[in-house]
Amino acid sequence: MARIGVFICHCGHNIASAVAVEEVVKFARTLPDVVYSDHNLYSCSEEGLGSIKKSIEENKLDRVVVAACTPRTHEPLFRRLCEQAGINKYLFEFVNIREHCSWIHAKEPNAATEKAKKLVAMGVSKAALLEPQVESESGVIPTAVVIGGGLAGLTAAASLVAQDIDTHLIEMEGKLGGQLNDISILAPNFEKSADLLNKLVSELKKSERGHIHLGAKLVDVKGFVGNFEITVEEEGVQNKIPAGAIILATGTQEHQPEGEYGFRKAPGVVTQLEFERALQRGEVPKRVVFIQCVGSRQPGREYCSRICCNTSLKNALRVVEAGGTAAIIHRDIMSYGAAWEELYRQASERGVAFFRYSLEDKPRISAENKHILVEVFDDNLGEGVTLHTDLVVLATPLVSRDDSGDVSRMLKVPRDKNGFYLEAHVKLRPIEFATDGVFICGSARWPSSAREVMCQALAAAAKAAIPIKRGKVVTEAITAWSDPDKCAGCGNCVIACPYEAIEIVDQDGRKIAKVNETQCKGCGNCVAACPNDAMQQRGFTTRQLSAMIDALVKRALEESS
Amino acid sequence: MSDFNPTILAFCCNWCSYAGADLAGVSRLQMPPNVHVVRVMCSASVKGEYILKAISQGVDGVLVLGCHIGDCHYMTGNHRTAKRIPVVQKLLKDVGFDERRVRLDWVSAAEGEKFQRVITEFVEEIKGLGPNPVREVMS
Ligand SMILES: Cc1cc2nc3c(=O)[nH]c(=O)nc-3n(C[C@H](O)[C@H](O)[C@H](O)COP(=O)(O)OP(=O)(O)OC[C@H]3O[C@@H](n4cnc5c(N)ncnc54)[C@H](O)[C@@H]3O)c2cc1C
Ligand code: FES
Repeated sequence: MARIGVFICHCGHNIASAVAVEEVVKFARTLPDVVYSDHNLYSCSEEGLGSIKKSIEENKLDRVVVAACTPRTHEPLFRRLCEQAGINKYLFEFVNIREHCSWIHAKEPNAATEKAKKLVAMGVSKAALLEPQVESESGVIPTAVVIGGGLAGLTAAASLVAQDIDTHLIEMEGKLGGQLNDISILAPNFEKSADLLNKLVSELKKSERGHIHLGAKLVDVKGFVGNFEITVEEEGVQNKIPAGAIILATGTQEHQPEGEYGFRKAPGVVTQLEFERALQRGEVPKRVVFIQCVGSRQPGREYCSRICCNTSLKNALRVVEAGGTAAIIHRDIMSYGAAWEELYRQASERGVAFFRYSLEDKPRISAENKHILVEVFDDNLGEGVTLHTDLVVLATPLVSRDDSGDVSRMLKVPRDKNGFYLEAHVKLRPIEFATDGVFICGSARWPSSAREVMCQALAAAAKAAIPIKRGKVVTEAITAWSDPDKCAGCGNCVIACPYEAIEIVDQDGRKIAKVNETQCKGCGNCVAACPNDAMQQRGFTTRQLSAMIDALVKRALEESS
Repeated sequence: MSDFNPTILAFCCNWCSYAGADLAGVSRLQMPPNVHVVRVMCSASVKGEYILKAISQGVDGVLVLGCHIGDCHYMTGNHRTAKRIPVVQKLLKDVGFDERRVRLDWVSAAEGEKFQRVITEFVEEIKGLGPNPVREVMS
């Protein structure tokens, strides 16, 4: 027989204003296996925790149910309390009577109280069947893999080798540097990007920890945090690289504005990256007009690519510097932050002309003799302006790479609606993917300036180093296991598992399913796929969930009679 | 039957729908008190047997709520849910239950209002269907 203690939280007035807490306490005492029940003004306060701990010890409780707020925020706290009181932390069950009850039935105190009773009955019935769990630990391969050798990947790799971690940098092209190969000068400080790249590359080459793979094609990624296997094809040969952590730094591509503003039809119309290449070759036209937001911030592609305004400011200044004239036709100038704002001020002072167009009335381009005419209705002047120019530069957004879908499938990491990689949480878990051990940095995450890319890369390297330096990873014990007596080896679970964590093995001449616990993420997909009730998930066993259904049915019947 | 007070079970996946239910709470969105949430890690861990068991024991309706397609925390879990629930509905229909007693929907962590709407509509629908016929046999 279990000895369950049930603690109902008032949460000040938050719960108690709708739920008759003491009535629920009394009700809990009538439930099977419950030997103790009490209430706290705030269960999570020091006082509340202290009183629960004391009750656990005095009443020799072996299971704890707290009915309060949401496990999504407070479960770790109460699990820790159980541990401190000498109970395995997996013998704790959380019942949500605030978000799921008092707050959403604020004006129905009777119904809210009855519902709270049912929820508590369900929680208690599950708690009675909880079992202590041991969290599994596994080793970590002390190697990192960085995919993509642009500024982001180089910065991350250099930081990892500086931390004495063996690091493989996988670059698909024959050359490191990514987009920066085409961009010679970096605003806002007008530093030479070659200096930046050379420094990083030499740090990497100097260290015996750095392993650079050029012309390397990513073929497959298997495994899980601490124990990945990355298959890479180089010169027709496939190599497998074992690694503990992976950093994704695959960058972006520039949007090609086919058919817009005479792009690829009329001469003298280029993209910003093409213009960077021309500047690198020393070709500076006398007159240049930049058109901003070509293919962004409009239906179909809503986002702002963040770097294009600053790039145009930079390149307009370079044209002016060389004795030419430059105009920027924009919708708003996004020169966020102090250094970039300063760049805007400089451009204005140095005579770069700014015209503002609206989405409804885009600039028009036509050719006349040797030059190009750009007609724009300026929103600020309230009248039309015609510009004569030698070159039109279309500032197009950075977009997700065409192959990013394949990479996301290989690594099992999500992308947002624009195809950029999606971190676990923008504020709480930036740089990390929800998939443990995989990190993201650079413009593959979102178009960013060089400085931002480097910050993210350093953060990613720091985070990737954590499991590697710790040397072990702990898995929450909500993993699945298969009961060999019930398993018929049908393999449905193998197909259902999104992580390839299950295999069919031979045991005493019989085929049965076996779960690799470090690979299991605890989704329970295999449980529902199993026709024999052999697959079970810790903390969500079929007996536990069935008991909850029984408890609900029982209480509903009691209530209606 | 105006005093019919249905008992409803809802399986919510931890990552989206449970979080959506939490958000509804935090936003103080009011809804009928008939639905009892069971937290599971993924909608695709909900066995058809749970639903059949609940309905055959007199629960008036069962909701299965998961992340939107493409958003499942376990990548493709909810694709399985989307295939499984219609099968369960068909099974129930074959043995004489109204398949509307089981509903599958997607509620993201940001959709407190959708959670409220799904709950409210489902309770209304079940009220319209009347008590689970098994209840009469049982009482
Ligand atoms: C025209 C232009 C001008 C700019 N000017 C400035 C400026 O003045 N100042 C500033 O701060 N920022 C500027 N930027 C932004 C800056 O260039 C970027 O932030 C930075 O280069 C992004 O680096 P990254 O490593 O994230 O991506 P990238 O440079 O795109 O590098 C990604 C690398 O990954 C490789 N790769 C991709 N997929 C795979 C794969 N599957 N396997 C292996 N390798 C792969 C690619 O080949 C590439 O080498 C500019 C950007 C543009 C487009
Ligand atoms: S985690 Fe929400 S449906 Fe799979």
